[in-house]
Amino acid sequence: MENAVDAIRVEGLVKTFDGFTAVDGISFAVGEGELFGLLGPNGAGKTTTINMLSTLLRPTTGSAVVSGFDVTRHRDDVRKSIGVVFQETALDVKLTGRENLEFHTMMYGIGKAERRRRIEEVLALVELTDKAGTLVEKYSGGMKRRLEIARGLTHRPKVLFLDEPTLGLDAQTRRHIWEYVRKLNKEAGVTIILTTHYMEEADFLCDRVAIMDHGKFVALDSPARLKDVLGGDVVSLELEGEAGVFLDALGRLDWIKRSKLHEDVLSLTMERGERRIAELIVLAQQYGVTVSCVNLRKPSLEDVFLHFTGRTIREQEANQSDRNRAMVMRQGRRRP
Amino acid sequence: MKIHWTAVYVLWRREMIRYVRAKSRIFGSLAMPVFFLAFLGLGFRRMPVPGMGGGAGYIGYLAPGIIGMTLLFSSSMQGMSVLWDKEFGFLKEIMVAPVSRVSLVLGRIAGGTTTSLLQGLLIFGASLIMGFRFRGPAALAFGLVFMVLISFTFIGLGLVFASRMKDMQGFGIVMNFIIFPFFFLSGALTPLENFPWAIRALSYADPLTYGIDGLRGVLTGTSSLPVLVDLLAMAGFALVMLFLGAYFFETSEGV
Repeated sequence: MENAVDAIRVEGLVKTFDGFTAVDGISFAVGEGELFGLLGPNGAGKTTTINMLSTLLRPTTGSAVVSGFDVTRHRDDVRKSIGVVFQETALDVKLTGRENLEFHTMMYGIGKAERRRRIEEVLALVELTDKAGTLVEKYSGGMKRRLEIARGLTHRPKVLFLDEPTLGLDAQTRRHIWEYVRKLNKEAGVTIILTTHYMEEADFLCDRVAIMDHGKFVALDSPARLKDVLGGDVVSLELEGEAGVFLDALGRLDWIKRSKLHEDVLSLTMERGERRIAELIVLAQQYGVTVSCVNLRKPSLEDVFLHFTGRTIREQEANQSDRNRAMVMRQGRRRP
Repeated sequence: MKIHWTAVYVLWRREMIRYVRAKSRIFGSLAMPVFFLAFLGLGFRRMPVPGMGGGAGYIGYLAPGIIGMTLLFSSSMQGMSVLWDKEFGFLKEIMVAPVSRVSLVLGRIAGGTTTSLLQGLLIFGASLIMGFRFRGPAALAFGLVFMVLISFTFIGLGLVFASRMKDMQGFGIVMNFIIFPFFFLSGALTPLENFPWAIRALSYADPLTYGIDGLRGVLTGTSSLPVLVDLLAMAGFALVMLFLGAYFFETSEGV
């Protein structure tokens, strides 16, 4: 992608809110036609990044150029070349699906005949033609999402931002949306930036993935290469008993590339893990350690995240929801 | 700054469609002014109002006041409808559109003014049924000018609040401590001359005072200030509030 034209170029982008740094100096470039993913837990700064790139928020410092236009100095030119599908629904639910699309295309200055043609085209693409005359408040979550993606396409943007496009959708709708996104990227050549906290989504869709945590990029590469960093399969052993000596013994084995003890789960990285499990269990027994559970995983982006941050995304989310709950309780107390 | 007329039209049409579809909202918001008209109008039917021409009675005084009240509520709500859009996320869709922010403000004002005027005219119709008499079509046309200026002023005010509020939580406070005082100070129900001087001074700082007095002047021929003074004051307020509303909306962040 290095030789292609850049659809997005970001340098040292920072956004702070009242002393809290949401995005902490990120730099990256996205080539034209690329499908680029921002992967990270809630609160990592993904949405704030999208909001800055789509001109909704002004960066505190740093610069971002989208489709050749600076996001602070040429906001209208940026707006003309992008489409955005926000994390939360941004539809007028008192209008019908078709009216939502009609108003959108009018806002983007598309003539009447062309407007009609494109609306029918995108409605067919997301299979909502039959429901186009229904008020959006009667739509299901998946239908709303599809309508929003359709809307993001009607004005043929060069760059499309998808903020958590499949959040809260069932597996089948998610698959569907993945297919649209792929088709769009491969056939129509739209550059796509998507944020997600679903590992498999980033893995399945993206040419390159930036792993984001606490407002910073901790890694950026293709999913395959990110996983290569881990050096093979991960065998996790859930241990019971004093593991110290056992760990020392493992340390002397040269085929174990890395080991990491997290609570009572030991994750070992090695090539062809399935051939080593028996050996590991025997060894554990010799050192008086009980293995209560064994798990073999071909590396996923989840492991990559763990590798770079020392935590799993799920853990991070759990902490996040604890914090949210604490906040709600504080607010609750303030109000009589 | 460039004005994108299509965008203004789109926002105006959106408001019209929503207005027509929300029939319960129309009736709901008309109920209070109609009750005011009916019960105050009947209850004080025989009360002489100082300065009002002979046979006009209290309904002659009250009707322009209630039309003004309807405009006040409906247009400040319209200004604050930005908050609804924020709540339901639609504001983001508007904010990333490639049109100048001025067009967005104008679209809101156009939509808000039209719905407020429709509400005001419905109440005007209701007051005719209650026995309100006005001076003919020319007076009504001139009255419309005042109605538009009242709408502009309070849409502007609503935009100012909506642009600085994060969610709907402060909405009740704004209604109770800002909108209601505007109503009671305006002399919509009772002549300003009856207020103690301190309250009267506040009344003269209330844009709605001039709006309602002017409306009363052109519709019935009786007003406490010269109609020209009302018109100039009202036009001044409308200009300032429109400018403030647009400025606050433009400088607010979209999320």
